[in-house]
Amino acid sequence: METRSHRGRIWVLTDKSGKLIEDVDTDQIFHNAFLHITELAEMGPYALGNLEGWKDFPEKARPGDIVVAGRNFGAGSSRQQAVDCFIALKVGLILAPSFSSIYFRNAVNSGFPVLRCGELDELSAVRKLESGDEVEVDFLSGKGFNVSKNGTFSLEPMSAVQRDIFHKGNLFAFGRSFGR
Amino acid sequence: MGKTVIEKIIQSHTADEVAPGKIVWMDLDIRSARDFGGPNVVKNYEREYGGMPLADPAKTFFTFDLCAPACSLKYADNQQVCRDFARKNGVEVYDVDSGIGTHVLMEEGLARTNGTVVGTDSHMNILGALGAFGQGMGDVDITFAFRTGRTWFEVPESVKVIVKGAYRKPTSAKDLTLYLLKILGTKKIALRSAEFTGPSVAALSLAGRLTLCSMVTEMAGISGFLPEFGPDARKEIEICSKRPFSPFSSDGDASYAETIEVDVQDLPPQVATPPSPTHVRPVAELSGTKIDSGFIGSCTNGRFEDFAEAARLLKGRRVKKGVMLKIVPATRRVYEELLAKGVLQTLFEAGAIIVNSGCGGCAEGHVGLTGKGEVQISTGNRNFPGKQGKGQTYLAGPAVVAASCILGHIAGPEDL
Repeated sequence: METRSHRGRIWVLTDKSGKLIEDVDTDQIFHNAFLHITELAEMGPYALGNLEGWKDFPEKARPGDIVVAGRNFGAGSSRQQAVDCFIALKVGLILAPSFSSIYFRNAVNSGFPVLRCGELDELSAVRKLESGDEVEVDFLSGKGFNVSKNGTFSLEPMSAVQRDIFHKGNLFAFGRSFGR
Repeated sequence: MGKTVIEKIIQSHTADEVAPGKIVWMDLDIRSARDFGGPNVVKNYEREYGGMPLADPAKTFFTFDLCAPACSLKYADNQQVCRDFARKNGVEVYDVDSGIGTHVLMEEGLARTNGTVVGTDSHMNILGALGAFGQGMGDVDITFAFRTGRTWFEVPESVKVIVKGAYRKPTSAKDLTLYLLKILGTKKIALRSAEFTGPSVAALSLAGRLTLCSMVTEMAGISGFLPEFGPDARKEIEICSKRPFSPFSSDGDASYAETIEVDVQDLPPQVATPPSPTHVRPVAELSGTKIDSGFIGSCTNGRFEDFAEAARLLKGRRVKKGVMLKIVPATRRVYEELLAKGVLQTLFEAGAIIVNSGCGGCAEGHVGLTGKGEVQISTGNRNFPGKQGKGQTYLAGPAVVAASCILGHIAGPEDL
């Protein structure tokens, strides 16, 4: 049976006023001072290391946790480390209203689930999604369920290519599956 | 149905049908990696494809521009990892003496009009300046491209940005670009390909076109094209590519998701204030803000004419005591021309610090970092919190940076 859903505790990346932080760029996710790191296993401690209010994220995160971010998440550089640092922490997936195009591709190609959800700003504003909630997300149907608050929401299901790469594991395995 | 510029470029590199939203397999003319991303590509390649040949070594390149020459042991190691892999596989390295990879690929005639180019640089779309589709990608993508010469790509929607009106010097391409960032923000062209038209855009030199196209990344766009080419830009591109110039243009019945008009009549010089390249105000509103340092360079403003413009203002004047002005030519060729034409002499005599070509302070590894409390005015493209250090970075064109360094506070060239 192929994985099609994920359940985990969420971290809603909000600022001091409680608003979802938009345009979080890759230097806030994984600062350029650590770009020399090439081992995925070493990248976890730097996740969100330059994002005000979230610098202790690597200590707080548990395997399977879900990150909820504002629009244009992953703006800026093409660095794969900005995706890999979450994989290293075994974060389950990232939800955002939108991602930068390069960031989105990098995640898709690594087989790391990133999903777009247009309702996040509103859900977060009215506290229907709060840090600590237990949430279940179905990648293929696009159904989201907040277990803690017994509320549903919807998101964009994975596209065909995203789903295929995800199920094969990553772009390399996907390429091999048709002889590349 | 007619096609836009990006749709034509992609269509000429795929057998799949091209339309916005479709996922196609696209051939990549040039695949490259830098000293950042490059060692990760090598590591991925050896793990996934160890012993298997590259799709085409002659289309594969390393360009070292981030930490050039290496100023940390980690980067020294990482660069050597790439060099060893390159030697083993017959791949050319544009080493630490060369300059910014995107600019080098253009100057060497490798990145070509109507071509497709990928690399581990999010400003790869700067190559839209010459009508090429450049795209920054992470190390997984680039590893796959090294091995296969192709990648999947979702064809973006196109949006037309009509730039109306004209401005006069000393307002520059950077001021136009910053103003467009103010109007377009990170939403209007997000995940789309933009075509900028209008007399002010058509009049841009190659350097000016590079400035505008580079910052499409900060607008969250996929790529930017300037389908009208002035005679200067045309000539400059032909010199680089050593071949006749015949760029794709969009069809009359091409489809655009949106058309946006922006008026730049009599636009004054602009400055982006921290913490975002989209927080843009006219320089006059910031005049008097004390600065500690200035930076001229980066892929956005590292061409000959950028430094010549600064030198024009600095000639016979001095950088204010206590202010650092850092000069980083984009490439060795730019450096050579600056040297030959006496521009570096002028900048040196004015008190500037001149270093070898490279990316500058966009990452820790070259010149242009800020300490806590430091205020820097830079011709770079990003001023996100903490990016260049704990200081505050303002973004502007070369003339504004030069004037500010002379006066010790943010100022326009007309304040001199």
